[in-house]
Amino acid sequence: MSAVSYSQLVWVTLPEIALVIAALVVLACDGTVLRGAAIAQRRGVAALIAGLGSIAGMLLVERGPASLHLAYGMLVMDGQTRVVQMVLLALTVLTVLLSDAMLTPAAARAAGEKTAFTRHIGEYFALLLFATVAVLFLVSTQNFLLIFIALEFLSLVLYILTGFDKGSRKSTEAALKYFLFGGISAAFLLFGISLIYGLSGSLDLGQIALASMRPDPLWMIAIVMVVVGFGFKVAAAPFHLWAPDAYQGAPTISAGFLSSSSKVASFFIFAQVLTVGAFGAAGSGVWHGSTPGWALVLSAVAAFSMVMGNLAALAQTSLRRLLAYSAIGHAGYMLLGMIAHTPQSIASLLYYVFTYALAVLGAFGVLAALEAQGIDRIADAAGLSRRAPFLSGCMLVFLLSLAGIPPLAGFFGKFWLFGAALNAAPQMGLFWLVMLAILMSVVALYYYLKVLKQIYVADAAEGAGAIRSGLWTRVTLGVMAAAVVVLGCDPWLLMRWIVR
Amino acid sequence: MLAWTIYLSFAGAAIVLLTPKDKPQVTRVVALLTALVGLGIAIAGTMTYQPGTLVTVTRAAWIPTLGIGYHLAADGISLVLLLLTGIAATAGILFSWNIDKRVREFFAFYLVLIGGVYGVFLSFDLFLLFVFYEIAIIPKYFLIAIWGSAPNGDTSKRTYAAMKLVLYSFAGSALVLAGILSAWVESGAKTFDMQTLASYPFPVHFEMWAFPLVFVGFAVLAGMWPFHTWAPTGHAAAPTAASMLLAGVVMKLGAYGCLRVAMMLLPAGLGAWGFHVLGFGSWREVFSLLALIGIVYGASVALVQQDFKFVIGYSSVSHMGFVLLGLMTLSQIGLDGAVLQMFSHGVIAGLLFAVVGRMVYDRTHTRDLRILSTMRLGKTLPFVAVVFTLAAMASIGMPGFSGFIAEFQVIVGVWRTMPWMVFVVGFGILMVIGFTWRALTRAFFSDGERRLATGASQHAELSPLTWPERCGSLLLLAATITVGLYPQLLIRLIVPSLNSPLFAALRNGGWR
Repeated sequence: MSAVSYSQLVWVTLPEIALVIAALVVLACDGTVLRGAAIAQRRGVAALIAGLGSIAGMLLVERGPASLHLAYGMLVMDGQTRVVQMVLLALTVLTVLLSDAMLTPAAARAAGEKTAFTRHIGEYFALLLFATVAVLFLVSTQNFLLIFIALEFLSLVLYILTGFDKGSRKSTEAALKYFLFGGISAAFLLFGISLIYGLSGSLDLGQIALASMRPDPLWMIAIVMVVVGFGFKVAAAPFHLWAPDAYQGAPTISAGFLSSSSKVASFFIFAQVLTVGAFGAAGSGVWHGSTPGWALVLSAVAAFSMVMGNLAALAQTSLRRLLAYSAIGHAGYMLLGMIAHTPQSIASLLYYVFTYALAVLGAFGVLAALEAQGIDRIADAAGLSRRAPFLSGCMLVFLLSLAGIPPLAGFFGKFWLFGAALNAAPQMGLFWLVMLAILMSVVALYYYLKVLKQIYVADAAEGAGAIRSGLWTRVTLGVMAAAVVVLGCDPWLLMRWIVR
Repeated sequence: MLAWTIYLSFAGAAIVLLTPKDKPQVTRVVALLTALVGLGIAIAGTMTYQPGTLVTVTRAAWIPTLGIGYHLAADGISLVLLLLTGIAATAGILFSWNIDKRVREFFAFYLVLIGGVYGVFLSFDLFLLFVFYEIAIIPKYFLIAIWGSAPNGDTSKRTYAAMKLVLYSFAGSALVLAGILSAWVESGAKTFDMQTLASYPFPVHFEMWAFPLVFVGFAVLAGMWPFHTWAPTGHAAAPTAASMLLAGVVMKLGAYGCLRVAMMLLPAGLGAWGFHVLGFGSWREVFSLLALIGIVYGASVALVQQDFKFVIGYSSVSHMGFVLLGLMTLSQIGLDGAVLQMFSHGVIAGLLFAVVGRMVYDRTHTRDLRILSTMRLGKTLPFVAVVFTLAAMASIGMPGFSGFIAEFQVIVGVWRTMPWMVFVVGFGILMVIGFTWRALTRAFFSDGERRLATGASQHAELSPLTWPERCGSLLLLAATITVGLYPQLLIRLIVPSLNSPLFAALRNGGWR
């Protein structure tokens, strides 16, 4: 066992440390200096500190070690990890910037007043930062022990964030459901990990990979357990049941975080575990040539997610539930990249999940600004393009990107992902799955267009006036929409960091 | 320079959105200028073109690791369709001069659609072509769903038609996507460049299944029976300018894709299977038959429609059948006829929709031939009646109009390769004459007024023709007559391109 140098450890984890410090400062400020100040003021200061902390984190990641493998894979850094960490921190900055619009509570909506859904502003932002710390750790480790700890840390924070709107029954219900499902799935994951530990005698993914070359029926059980555990985190069917309720009940800012940062990190580590750790047990999901292994299991999960998510989304009347079911469909597409498990397909998976997170966070940002006016059902959005042209324009960009229409980022993500999946298997064996994905994206266009139809085509209800939104919200959403367009027109901007 | 047709259209869309809200006239003029400049560039490009060459407009690496390039180029076929797009776009704007609801958005969506269409015709990179192809889908939805015609205030029909059209287009493009991704993988995942892929020796068994995938994907948009059903409903529900574009250029996107992508890159897919299923021995025979059914079916349905716009909508299905049949003859004259028919039908269908949707419907507020027959429009709107008569003559393929030389070449091509089909085609042409004659007499020259004495009061209500309508009609008429009288103008562009190295693989596999 190599001795761990603590100074090196501190140096490596500087971004996380910066975030923890920022979180503590937020708590301290909110609890002392700003006690008794107006909610808006407290929010402003907390958002400022949280944003600065995240930006400091980005700078530290940038200056941090380029590659590293520490203590049985407890901390691992390489080019891709750094990119993922940067993206996660950027998503946190965007979430914080959007929090202006997100803090209007369900109860106050009816009364028309603009206050926060909670008095605990400091705690909220501190939790957001802690969640970011958790995802940063989650993506920078290749050791099952730390993976599990980071995952549980993240889940705990997310349970609280989901239930933070204490005045709303839905929020509480969502948190409870999320918690119960999460607890069970964690048990599955832990069982899987224990089996793997028993099989390989190691928690380091690198060591496990060697052991996974030896065929053993227990491997199959372990892999299924791990897939169940992670399938829950990434909301793939049939482990998705918590997602629609959590997306609908959670405060919008939490739902945004849940669907963007948490998704990115979970997918990245899921891919790491399977492609690095269980490499030898990959099997294949190729038509006519399938062999047992996680690729086969994932193929089934992916196919089910694509079909289930997209078909169920057709029937939704609530915008958030629609986004939740579409997220399940997208999880199905993303699993394609893992099933193919070539470096190219993993890179395309990352591109997809980054651009997906950007678009879906943007969509939640628009929703948050709208929900202040009591818009939640799709039908409520009627005539929105006349009431809020800018927000509608942003929503158009985000939804069409999710649907995969060029020249938006989501299109290129799909194109690359499908191409990489076809290219990976011999004789285009994954063609059946890619074909299914392409067909399901036709279904997806239908329900995204249904929303856009309300926004652009339908006429507004009588007496509905213009919708105001905060300046910061508009600037942030504008930047995000522009980013979606730019990343679609010039994917190389982001791609070159991932492929290296 | 040709690339500016694309950039200008997109820039025009952005500028249109920035024009003042309360001055719709400014918006219209900006849109018209954009379209006119696009047309001018297309004409200039045609004038300076050396027949038979491939003019590279822009070529740059875009996404190097995947072999995607930003490659715009044009040969004679592209140029013919660019010309068509320029003409149809200009005429469409002239005929939507009376749009007064959300004017800026209308022209913005319109110009984005135009830009996408220009892009498809100029792309020589498969990825790029697909990107432009999909860019053209979404604006169609909004154009129809927001500004479409809603008889009796019933908007559900037009949103239904818009959604149907978009889903058909998108499903078609999904097939195309599967096909081009497979072609990319099969060729070693190095390049999407069409010039390179055109000479890549794909295995025959691969082309055998990839060709129908891509061909059908594009043919959905070209209105091939039985995937044509989006076309009549979409055309009928769309606002005039959008129907003109749909029939005029969007259906050509599909036909162009069939020729440029499916047939140029995967020609071996047209060869014989080596076995027979239900009497069919190759995809070529299957698609020929579908095209033939389209010609006859479209014409016969048009024959019994009471809705004037549906008559024209089904006539489009029938005329596009000629394009597909011409492609399937695999002979130089047949392909030449097919490309010429794309141009010809684009202009003529545009004109017919302009008459029905703008000049007649916007004045009489009905598309029902039974009611129109009581109005004696031939007397009250003589200019319209003359325009429609000329358009009808062009549509049925009278010599002197572009339709004649196009359909004639297709028929010669069919005669040489699949003689028995000529009789069915001839029957189809008779039916085209039938429904055109019926629509013409019912709508304009019926004496039903005497029987139903309700028309007298309506004469006064019909507003006089405006100058944009006259200009648009003259532009389209001039195009069809010029090409009709001097077809060499376009043939000299098309034939050398068909003989260029790009189509070498297609020629080698059964050119006659």
